[in-house]
Amino acid sequence: MRIPYYPGCTLSTKAKGFDQAARQSFAALGIELAELKTWNCCGATFPLSRDNLLDLVGPVRNLVSAAAEGDKLAVACSTCFNVLKRSNLVMRNEEDKREKVNFFIEADYAGSVQVLHLLEILRDEVGWDNLAKAVKKNLADLSVAPYYGCMFLRPPKEMGFDDHENPQILENFIRALGAQVADYPHRAECCGNYIAAFDLETTKEMSYLILASARKAGADLIVTGCPLCQFNLDRWQQDLAMKHGGFRPIPVLYDTQLLGIALGLDATTFDLDKHYVDPRPILAEKGLI
Amino acid sequence: MAEDRAPITRVLIIGAGIAGIQAALDIANSGYEVVLVEKEPSIGGRMLQLSETFPTLDCAQCILTPRTVEAGHHERIRLMTFSEVIAITGEIGHFTATVQRKPASVNWDVCTGCGLCQEKCPTKVASPFDRAMGKRKAIYTLSPQAVPNKPVIDREACTWFTRGKCRLCEKVCPVHAIDYEQQATTTQVEVGAVIIATGYTLYGLENLGEYGYGKIPDVVDGLAFERLLSASGPTAGKVRRPSDGKEPKQVVFIQCAGSRAPETAMPYCSKICCMYTAKHAMLYKHRVHDGTAYVFYIDVRAAGKRYEEFYHRATEEDRVIYVRGKVARVFRDGDQVVVWGSDTLSGASVEVAADMVVLAPAMVPHPETQRLAEMLGIPANEYGFLLPLDDNILPVETTRPGVFLAGAVTSPKDIPETVAQASAAAAKVLSLFAQWSGVPQAMETPVGAEAS
Repeated sequence: MRIPYYPGCTLSTKAKGFDQAARQSFAALGIELAELKTWNCCGATFPLSRDNLLDLVGPVRNLVSAAAEGDKLAVACSTCFNVLKRSNLVMRNEEDKREKVNFFIEADYAGSVQVLHLLEILRDEVGWDNLAKAVKKNLADLSVAPYYGCMFLRPPKEMGFDDHENPQILENFIRALGAQVADYPHRAECCGNYIAAFDLETTKEMSYLILASARKAGADLIVTGCPLCQFNLDRWQQDLAMKHGGFRPIPVLYDTQLLGIALGLDATTFDLDKHYVDPRPILAEKGLI
Repeated sequence: MAEDRAPITRVLIIGAGIAGIQAALDIANSGYEVVLVEKEPSIGGRMLQLSETFPTLDCAQCILTPRTVEAGHHERIRLMTFSEVIAITGEIGHFTATVQRKPASVNWDVCTGCGLCQEKCPTKVASPFDRAMGKRKAIYTLSPQAVPNKPVIDREACTWFTRGKCRLCEKVCPVHAIDYEQQATTTQVEVGAVIIATGYTLYGLENLGEYGYGKIPDVVDGLAFERLLSASGPTAGKVRRPSDGKEPKQVVFIQCAGSRAPETAMPYCSKICCMYTAKHAMLYKHRVHDGTAYVFYIDVRAAGKRYEEFYHRATEEDRVIYVRGKVARVFRDGDQVVVWGSDTLSGASVEVAADMVVLAPAMVPHPETQRLAEMLGIPANEYGFLLPLDDNILPVETTRPGVFLAGAVTSPKDIPETVAQASAAAAKVLSLFAQWSGVPQAMETPVGAEAS
């Protein structure tokens, strides 16, 4: 199976490991993630002002590229997924905006592409049972805390592929890989997002609540599908450990990195060494790398 | 109308909760026959599950059971319990209803209601009547005050039906009433009018993931808390939480669980929750003197006679802590249930480490009501509540002549309103029956003539 794939900017720069692990893991599962021939930044935030159509131009150009290559578009990054999926719905459902954007970019696009998150593809195309059968490593001794962040699930009516108040897709993913799910209440609380840019302390403390809660639930590591969440959660743990006595830093992996490891792929291209909290010791301890 | 097709002055009432019972008694006591159909093995409906009623704190069973008993023994009321109406044809004056009775596996004509079978039955299952907090036997009545006080066998639980072993109830029954071979039976009932009083059920709280209902044992719904408060409930009226049977010292009550939530659940107000939550918190404080009760609310709607005073009594006399705001998340932390919410009056985030959480779910119509409405051609709104002919001035009539509505089947209602509406539906039926029986066409003595 071949699915057009949008990597996005972060996965081409700071989160290359996320991207590499995604492509290799899906290839191992028989799905070619075929990078779009042309793509640009998704816009990074979905435009909320009703009359600012210019912000739709970026994401819609990507969707137009995708439509030329297939009827689906696979996305790994939560934020890109959020922006592309919602922009697609605008093009599908709002005639006035569709006409103006199409006129501006000289296209004729009406939201035909299905924007899919990689986890959705694993759930709906591969299936958890088939994924479980493809797992090569034994993760039974690994406790994994799922971290959803905000962009992946909200706004629920538009994202609409899981219960935003009680999501299960990451849990089912972790279970399919054979690992233990660490159940903790902060799995869908905000990490601090862009607040980091102007109030770092607030972001740090917001992230700390999530990290400490995952640790308390016995997690060995956290998985997420959002590069910004990954950064916020990962980056400041040394500071937090100094400030909050007794806090033990916890590695934060991308979901595809754990997927690739579980599938028995060579993790050397997954950039595990680029994480601020090194995940390799715990992965080695569990016999996974 | 031909003489041989004289309209039938008998009414079919579907649903034997407080609405159905009230209408049945009103009509039967006026001299007409009533067929009262109930899908549960005995009558009484939701009200029988309640502990006390607001705003008087009357014992619900004490005010209801005289009526269930009267309905059970009334010479003009034919009770058809454990039964459902599966078809209705005809029209005003001449409806034919097909009533299917589920197999009770007990011959009720012979059974004396001695209760020995229930005492000896070795199989215990979670009791839906007690909201799964207590156990009942595989052969059971809904409550000790059941009317009729005759048991039925739960064939999904009974080991004779599931594993071909036991038959203990058959051995102990002194009158040989147990009949494992009993089949469903259908009866045709001829009536002239129909009252639908199928009541309500609770919104599926599993849909509201933020509250953890179904996942956290100490998060219960309002009806479950009624059972905990009820002297006939699983804890004999002592407040004990389901997980470990401890007395909860911090209880959080959350109103509008699924009500007033146009984005996620039901947009309407369920009307009764403000009052019963005040009652719950109050009764909790009466039983656990050193306990703390918190109520998260959007508004307190206490529009009813002595309702506002009741709410004030909860806050002032019983020191219930009211927090105006919604709850964002409920989760388990050790043996506590932590509640995150907001206090929108102070603008602060609130965290309560509670022992137990009680949700006030939205009232929704029974799913089976939809089938009944389709059979009778009565329109329902988008949530499944049946539509009266006119919300303002024809509240119990329907688009179908001869078919009337009573109680929560049209919208959320409390007990006083339900009873008033049931009597209204009964009056409408009686006015038809009076016409059909031949009321005097002209006044024989003009009103006031005697006085002049």
